[in-house]
Amino acid sequence: MSKTYYDPADLRKFAKITEWSEELGHKFFEYYGKVFEEGALTAREKSLIALAVAHTEQCPYCIDAYTKDGLQRGVTKEEMMEAIHVGAAIKSGATLVHGVQMMNKVNKLDG
Amino acid sequence: MGKLKTQSLQKRHSDLANTNKQLEILSNGVFANGELPTFKNKISETNQFPLKAKTLEILQINVGYMCNQVCEHCHVDAGPDRKEIMTKETMQQILDVIKTTGAHTLDLTGGAPEMNPNFRWFVEEASKIGVQDFIVRSNLTIIRANKKYYDLPDFFKKHNIHVVSSMPHWTRGKTDKQRGEGVFDMSIKALQELNAVGYGMPNSDLKLDLVYNPSGAFLPGDQMAMEKDFKKALLEDFEIQFHNLFAITNLPISRFLDYLIASENYEDYMFNLVEAYNPMAVENVMCTNTLSVSWDGYLFDCDFNQMLELPVNSKAKHISEYKTELLEGRNIVISQHCYGCTAGAGSSCQGIVA
Repeated sequence: MSKTYYDPADLRKFAKITEWSEELGHKFFEYYGKVFEEGALTAREKSLIALAVAHTEQCPYCIDAYTKDGLQRGVTKEEMMEAIHVGAAIKSGATLVHGVQMMNKVNKLDG
Repeated sequence: MGKLKTQSLQKRHSDLANTNKQLEILSNGVFANGELPTFKNKISETNQFPLKAKTLEILQINVGYMCNQVCEHCHVDAGPDRKEIMTKETMQQILDVIKTTGAHTLDLTGGAPEMNPNFRWFVEEASKIGVQDFIVRSNLTIIRANKKYYDLPDFFKKHNIHVVSSMPHWTRGKTDKQRGEGVFDMSIKALQELNAVGYGMPNSDLKLDLVYNPSGAFLPGDQMAMEKDFKKALLEDFEIQFHNLFAITNLPISRFLDYLIASENYEDYMFNLVEAYNPMAVENVMCTNTLSVSWDGYLFDCDFNQMLELPVNSKAKHISEYKTELLEGRNIVISQHCYGCTAGAGSSCQGIVA
């Protein structure tokens, strides 16, 4: 039994989720594959979005996967870091914008 | 150019300079304990074993392992310290064979092929024979390495050579990391000089193609998308033009194998290759239409088998013994490194195959 919750080797087993729920598993992977195809956005742009979201979701599997995916697409480390800052900015912005709610409450209760 | 990236495995007296050691690694571990199927078992699943040589189309000649660069991932283990150089006598034997084969492509590689003292004589003689496509794999920096090479663009042009050059990335950092400090700037200068004599220009018959191979332990992305990105960046930043980009997978042998092991990426990389296995790519792997000739005239199914010292499975082992009937239909010699040519869209010296 693994002594940690996350094992990098588990990422390779992702496709196995289909074994315990075949139809849903296949539908998920079909959808997933379609999402990342070249469309109005390039596959490269989608890869960078995925990398940023992987960080905001703090998913170690996704971070490994989309860092490698970016390298494969020729994405530079500077581009990757900028993408992560976009995610971080939205995360911190989302925290701070709730400050308005706090201010509203203070004003109502103690204004 | 700045300092060399590294030293050859041979100069470092590395265990991996011994090809038996490399083959042992490729057969043990995840392939011996059944975690991953051997290449033989994998291609047997689709009845593609044994792989057989078809009609010869490409004769690839390695004229020597000497090189002015020592790239981190070189599968040849080339470098300035390598003294294996093809002699004029072997070149003459090859010229005799070129006249008799129906091969449409002659592909010179190394090391830096231009460093062979008989390189120019060989090109002149071979071009007289009139092969359809005459490739020289130039590392670019050689053109700027020494005055005696400055006229290479004109020499290539005179003999209508198809120039194929390595370029790991359109940025300085990633290129120099793999190929050595200063390589990027010299390569850019060399490409501009090739463009200046007409190479790589739109509608020009002087073909200039670039080879992209990843700078680390990951597989190449989509060849067309990479070509688009390379073209945009090189044109915008340096006004450089070229024709096609070939995306080539790094095979887990020689210095790249050493790098994979040292960086603890070997197992993951082999999983990646096996997961990306594409039986369609097996149909067109280059070993089925190519013959690789080593600096001393011996015959191999491909340049990678040459570096692993895996000779052709034929009675004709040397260029002096070349006979079409002895080589056509031969069983290709395989090991786990072959997964490198069958991953994704496949990989060959001419880029993707599927």
